[in-house]
Amino acid sequence: MTAAAATAKEPPRARRPGAWALFANNRLAAAGLVILVAIVLVALAAPLLPLPPPDITDPANRLIRPLQEGHLLGTDQLGRDLLSRLLYGTRMSLAVGVSATLVAALIGSLLGLIAGYAGGRTDNVLMRGIDMLMAFPYILLALAIVAVLGPGLMNALYAIAVVNIPFFARNIRGITLGLARREFVDAARLSGKSNVAILGTEILPNVLPTIVITMSTTVGWMILETAGLSFLGLGAQPPQADLGSMLGEGRKLLFNAPHVSIIPGVMIFAIVMSINLVGDGIRDLLDPRLRSGALARPAARTAVNRESVADAPREENANALLALEGLNTRFEVGDEIYHAVNEVDLKLNAEDCLGVVGESGSGKSVTAMSILGLVPTPAGRIVGGRVNFHGDDLLSVPLERLRTLRGGAIACIFQDPLSSLHPLFPVGEQVAEAIRAHQPLSKEEVRQRTLELLQLVQIPNAEQRLSAYPHELSGGMRQRVCIAMALANDPEVVIADEPTTALDVTVQAQMLRLLNRLRRERNAAVLFITHDFGVVSEICDRVAVMYAGRIVETGPAEDVIHAPAHPYTRKLIDCVPVLGEQDRQLDAIPGLPPAVNRLPEGCAFADRCDRARDDCRVGNVELAALNKEGRAVRCLYPLVEGAEGSG
Amino acid sequence: MGAYILRRLIFAIPVLFGLTVIVFAIMALIPGDPAVAILGSYATPENVEKLNRDLGLDKPLVQQYVTWVGNMLQGDFGRSYSLNRPVLDEVLERFSATLILAGTALLLCSVLGLIAGIVSAVRQFGWADRVITFAVLIGISTPSFWLGLLLILLFAVTWQLLPASGMYAIYGGGDLPDLLKHLILPAVTLAVVATGVIARLTRAAMLEVLRQDYVRTARAKGLTERQVIYRHAFRAALVAVIPVIGIQAGFVLGGAVYIETVFQWPGIGAMLVKAISTRDLLLVQGGVLVVAASYVLFNLLADVAQHMLDPRLKL
Repeated sequence: MTAAAATAKEPPRARRPGAWALFANNRLAAAGLVILVAIVLVALAAPLLPLPPPDITDPANRLIRPLQEGHLLGTDQLGRDLLSRLLYGTRMSLAVGVSATLVAALIGSLLGLIAGYAGGRTDNVLMRGIDMLMAFPYILLALAIVAVLGPGLMNALYAIAVVNIPFFARNIRGITLGLARREFVDAARLSGKSNVAILGTEILPNVLPTIVITMSTTVGWMILETAGLSFLGLGAQPPQADLGSMLGEGRKLLFNAPHVSIIPGVMIFAIVMSINLVGDGIRDLLDPRLRSGALARPAARTAVNRESVADAPREENANALLALEGLNTRFEVGDEIYHAVNEVDLKLNAEDCLGVVGESGSGKSVTAMSILGLVPTPAGRIVGGRVNFHGDDLLSVPLERLRTLRGGAIACIFQDPLSSLHPLFPVGEQVAEAIRAHQPLSKEEVRQRTLELLQLVQIPNAEQRLSAYPHELSGGMRQRVCIAMALANDPEVVIADEPTTALDVTVQAQMLRLLNRLRRERNAAVLFITHDFGVVSEICDRVAVMYAGRIVETGPAEDVIHAPAHPYTRKLIDCVPVLGEQDRQLDAIPGLPPAVNRLPEGCAFADRCDRARDDCRVGNVELAALNKEGRAVRCLYPLVEGAEGSG
Repeated sequence: MGAYILRRLIFAIPVLFGLTVIVFAIMALIPGDPAVAILGSYATPENVEKLNRDLGLDKPLVQQYVTWVGNMLQGDFGRSYSLNRPVLDEVLERFSATLILAGTALLLCSVLGLIAGIVSAVRQFGWADRVITFAVLIGISTPSFWLGLLLILLFAVTWQLLPASGMYAIYGGGDLPDLLKHLILPAVTLAVVATGVIARLTRAAMLEVLRQDYVRTARAKGLTERQVIYRHAFRAALVAVIPVIGIQAGFVLGGAVYIETVFQWPGIGAMLVKAISTRDLLLVQGGVLVVAASYVLFNLLADVAQHMLDPRLKL
């Protein structure tokens, strides 16, 4: 189970902090909002404040430095009060920037709505035109427009609005295109509404949020760019002044009176920065992945925080090749803790094949991935247990030692071979990499060995396939490559995590035969994760059944399949279709596994079990031995005799 | 690959064609008599009429357009009235200066942005990540023209380490070290915003890639963390970032307008600003077209680079 899947099981939203609380929690975004509101309020209140008029010149008091009596920010080259000019300039810049945003939003959204709703040729023509506009470097098109209209603040406003139209048109068109084919729009059309009415009443309300978000992300740019045009002398013309033109005028005095140009620059910076902070905050808020921690970078190995660790393997595991003892792995998402793996014991003997079976979400994959520390942290964390391999506890060996074991003595095969192979490297290179990571061979030897491996897994024309990319191979071929990669360094243990699930049925059978043959030829032990008892019967010597993070039954594969002891095992076996028995009823197991962040008391399966009694729902049901062949079951009323239970 | 580049070049033709249509349409929007706009309000009626005839402005729009494009294809972009020299000569001369500046800035922002983005992603939530994220936020919020002034004030005026303006020293300059000295401040100023944007996207792309199954496979194979990050993850992230670098080329070329004005760099941006204030529309037209065409070319290069890195795009 990945963290994303764990989140999917997350219970009702009500437990999550609300949007506003999250936004306020994001200190930077909150600070941005405070600054922005402060600037806007002061700019709006400028005429009410006790300030000297911004345009009154006073040559006697020219170029006064800041922090002087009467002129807090000093004066400019004509003796005008800079604080007053700054606030009025801010008013102007904000007004122009916001107006440009509104104009661009209005025209751009309209174009997007029409293109997306009409589709076909109208869409094509409009969007090609928009693409053309975007083929111009951003500010250059604005310059061309100002060149034609002539310098001036209004013309700068139009120019900036025009160059931002494409952003709105593209965003809105994309969403409209999706909406225009939805059922509720069809219904409105059938009820006789006109196209204009549909756009206005059905589609517009749905695209409005996108328009607002696009506005919030572009308004900072537009303020900056209009200031830029004014700075170049192409926007506000004297005596009119915005922040950009103040900066432009101050530039001529840069060496004598730097404050005249620095002060308006600081204001532009503060405005744009606060808008960016607020915009980032909103964006983070809207991206649910940030809350679950799914955007966090997984560490090189799973975090291990165990309160206490046994010094040595348990006695019964002394001769095991790989043994898990009391493994506890969990996911921590916000305040929720998901107990994905709960006190799991597994024992894999040399050259054995152990199947771990369960529904999705039962914790079987997390168990397997915990062995080599491949559970992503955050949010995964191993909080208890030992993983014994050759006397070492893999959970505490140094990373470098773990690295040499990964792909060396213990190799993995994953579920989906397409996503498991790197899309940008040839498959031969990916297999060669696995060899190079563990064996100091020459280039030619590595190539030779790679070729042998591809032949071993029966890839036809192996020599040519060396340079093929994963997307050029079929699913079965890709999985063969993954198997070759796993066998590259003659591993003692192969962890196969549902290696056949993503393949189609005929290929599944081939893959199982191949795996079975190879493990016998190469004397490798296999930990086989699957949800399919049909697969278990083909390849596994022993089997462990998992449910809600715990082992509920274990024993020799054949015995368990012929006489399952746990009702859950029984139901899982009943899910397997049998060839030739068409009338057999295929039972899906009713209900869903419990969420592993709030497991019920007693047996976790009780709610879905038709044999459950009252005492199944209290206390802790232990995994109890059934017989001497190592069969054990976690059930008070097992389906076979020999257990202490009375069932 | 050769066939792909050729195909992309052919696809670029309609785009270039579209650019000329838009520029022509904008110029046709000029309120009032274009000849008056070109010649200025002091022109005599005879001059206006002659110019209208010379420019073919008395003909229908479509015919005007065809003539205009035909002339450009023959290298005739008209004559700048304010400089009294062919537009193309002036534009090409200026454009080489802009290319030096914008090219350097683009190189700087790509390299720095990628490095910052990777460091930030690898040290996610660590102090390096915090510092970079904050620096990026400041970088993309700073008006570049103002930053240029600050840098001049610090490096040229206060510390007197670097020249404040121009491309070469007036006396005794002209060699490469002199050019580099003049290049540092404007190129850095021009690169700041784009560096921030690229760093942000690289960080996001790396974080996305590091969660992919194939990165887990790389770890499961026993590769070192260094190989996992710099070979497997970075390679995949780069494919996502390259188109962004292509787009940033447009912002860098456009931003050159401010920077060239601030640092008096003799490039096409400074020329455009001057041409607009003197209403030298033919010069504006020629300059805008050449810069826009070079942007198309930059994007084409980015596409080709992406194509070379991503085998899935081969058709």
